[in-house]
Amino acid sequence: MTLPFFPAGDDPGPSFLEILKRAGSEPDWADLPRELQPHELTHGTTVAAIRYADGVVMAGDRRATAGNFISHRTMEKVFPADRHSGVAIAGAAGPAVEMVKLFQLQLEHYEKVEGAELSLEGKANQLAQMVRGHLPAALQGFAVVPLFAGYDTKRGTGRLFEYDVTGGRYEESDFAATGSGSMHAGTVIKIGYKPDLDRDAAVELAINALFQAADEDAATGGPDLVRGIYPVVATITADGFARLEDEDIATRFRALLERLSIPGSTTSVGVRPTANDGGAGR
Amino acid sequence: MSMPFYVPAEQMMKDKADFARRNIARAKALAALFYADGILICAENPSSTLHKVSEIYDRIAFAGAGKYNEYDRLRIAGVRHADLKGYSFSREDVDAQSLANAYAQMLGDVFTHEIKPMEVEIVVAEVGADAGGDRLFHIFYDGTVVDEDGFTVLGGEAEAIAARLQETYQPGLALDAALRASVAALAGPARTLAPSELEAAVLTRDNGRRAFRRLSDEVTRTALAGGEAMVEAAPEVPPVAEATPAVPESAEAAPAADGEPDARQAPDGSGEGD
Repeated sequence: MTLPFFPAGDDPGPSFLEILKRAGSEPDWADLPRELQPHELTHGTTVAAIRYADGVVMAGDRRATAGNFISHRTMEKVFPADRHSGVAIAGAAGPAVEMVKLFQLQLEHYEKVEGAELSLEGKANQLAQMVRGHLPAALQGFAVVPLFAGYDTKRGTGRLFEYDVTGGRYEESDFAATGSGSMHAGTVIKIGYKPDLDRDAAVELAINALFQAADEDAATGGPDLVRGIYPVVATITADGFARLEDEDIATRFRALLERLSIPGSTTSVGVRPTANDGGAGR
Repeated sequence: MSMPFYVPAEQMMKDKADFARRNIARAKALAALFYADGILICAENPSSTLHKVSEIYDRIAFAGAGKYNEYDRLRIAGVRHADLKGYSFSREDVDAQSLANAYAQMLGDVFTHEIKPMEVEIVVAEVGADAGGDRLFHIFYDGTVVDEDGFTVLGGEAEAIAARLQETYQPGLALDAALRASVAALAGPARTLAPSELEAAVLTRDNGRRAFRRLSDEVTRTALAGGEAMVEAAPEVPPVAEATPAVPESAEAAPAADGEPDARQAPDGSGEGD
């Protein structure tokens, strides 16, 4: 590998994507074969973000599916983007993880070349451009729909952003969810949300939302008590991105299941846990 | 009308080398040294914004002495080289040695083929998993690479400063002692350097994925006053996406990747569970 050196008038600046383009190794989503049949846009996943007093909670289930087949049980869909922001993904797994990897690199590359971090707004816009660039693949069925959330160090508050496949960027004030189970998760959060939740309440609300989404949506994985696989939950505050310990999440899920269990339910048929827990953000 | 004159290669190289050396000798110096927990790079630099010492990659740092625009260009090329390599292969495949070689080729080419050689000296440092894995490559204006063990000094009066540092340096110094030794060596007996005239940064072994940390004036002041220097534990930088359990490329995209419409999916939209 030679040293990437450019004449001053032709310098690609602090963009890693631009460097990739010059090096000829940029993933070209526009180059997919045209004869491929576009099919129903699907994002089998539930990921959600909730703003609370100290920042943002992000959560995502662990299931990857191919049609009716569960292809992966331990997939991660919530990633740190950098110290003070995180990104959660729904959509085609391959392109989605690739997009996250590129996004992380882009933020780090910018920071190293320029000697300063991008603003949270700048990061959100950068991700919007990447989603926009992915549109040709999205139209072929490989959609990627991320959620972006972070702690705005300048404003001293958590912020979160939703996207659509065209790269539309929508800032939400309180919470956001995306993926096939987002309707159910969103409803649970909507009912249980209060301004300035504390960390514990926000984490509980996220866990409750994911549980109810998994309960209603086949493509969203619930807590897997058999294998000890639990959804990923992370907080982003002034102290940075921190993933909750699996043990902590396991304890919270066990407590939730305990609360939701109907006495004598082992013998009853057709009775399922309901949202009577109310997602009160306990 | 100009006439081309024959200039012997020996004379041309000597002239270029003299030119580069003369200008580098006017630059403010910097010292890079191994200490107990990693590598310290300490530079005399009155500017707090135009850095001589910078981060290249997770465990690699860069420092340059000489002409700012030239070593800053080398720094950015290094960041690009490292990020591209890490993206193409894996983060652990990015190492200081390959970067040092790339720099050496570059500087060597410029020295031989361009009218003006680069008036810079650079150092590429890499902190290893243990002290035995620490690396310090000193690269000169003509592309000469020296694999240093212990410490190295770049810039003006490098020899005198290195001689002073030799007397106080020993392997396994604590950070504050290493800082005092390098600042004393940079300043010399006749003057003192205030923290605001210094730029210091470390690569610390056990400080997360990105090992590079700048030392604030406060930390430097405390260390120079004889106190203990603590590297600020910046918010932990979590691992990147590739470090998480592998995700099969086919997970969601599998049905369409076969080039066939997904037969398992109900066309009426009830197949949201893909």
